[in-house]
Amino acid sequence: MKRAVNDTDRCVACGVCAGQCPRGAISIYKGCYADVDLSMCVGCGICEKACPAGSIRVQEMEDGGR
Amino acid sequence: MKKAVNKKSHWYDYLWIWSIIYFALGFFNILFTWLGMIDFILPLIFAIAGGNKWFCNHMCGRGQLFWVLGRNLKFSRRKQAPKWISSKWFRYGFLAFFLTMFGTMVFQTYMVFSGAQTLRKAIKLFWTFRVPWKWAYNGSIFPDWVAQFGFGFYSLMLTSTLIGLIVMALYKERTWCSFCPMGTMTQGICKIKAKKGA
Repeated sequence: MKRAVNDTDRCVACGVCAGQCPRGAISIYKGCYADVDLSMCVGCGICEKACPAGSIRVQEMEDGGR
Repeated sequence: MKKAVNKKSHWYDYLWIWSIIYFALGFFNILFTWLGMIDFILPLIFAIAGGNKWFCNHMCGRGQLFWVLGRNLKFSRRKQAPKWISSKWFRYGFLAFFLTMFGTMVFQTYMVFSGAQTLRKAIKLFWTFRVPWKWAYNGSIFPDWVAQFGFGFYSLMLTSTLIGLIVMALYKERTWCSFCPMGTMTQGICKIKAKKGA
């Protein structure tokens, strides 16, 4: 299953991904980094295309976090 | 602004218009550039008081403008920027450089305030190129240093927007956000706050 995974160390917390997510699955955790709710993420990759830092990526996951 | 499906539109989605108005106002009267201080103070209030980056995430007119131009009007190549641009040393280095330049600008203002220098009706682009801007100020009820700050602040705002436009065209729409000094500063504050709260 494909899901968006964020490199929290690289993330600049700009919120572009959260604004673009069609599922509202991304929130900015305490202004520090983007946090993906894996139960809501469908792995569409819209966030990855928008991310200016290249920190959020769609990756294959074992159980999809469900 | 093109929105993802099932998303409500808010008044603050249109703050990119404010960005354009700001530069237009500064073209006609330099005193208006003081309004840009809102964009400096608000994000800091959000970060210090709220411990969030709500300003960056929802209200940044400049970020929105890059999105409108880059994504909606297709002025961006939408290619991933080199990794060093969003690396910590570059982000904090750029923040330090920016704060130094801000300090220099405040010092210039002080020099006019103290009378050691006279008002220069010009803006400086990329901290190097002096551009005459004398039409934007013909005296006012305020002392000269107020206008001097205006010219300096407008230079800073215009230069950073131009840098943002260049990286928008070359890389992703909002590449500026990955090394924006305000963004780095507010994220830094939020990280400190989050650590303390834990």
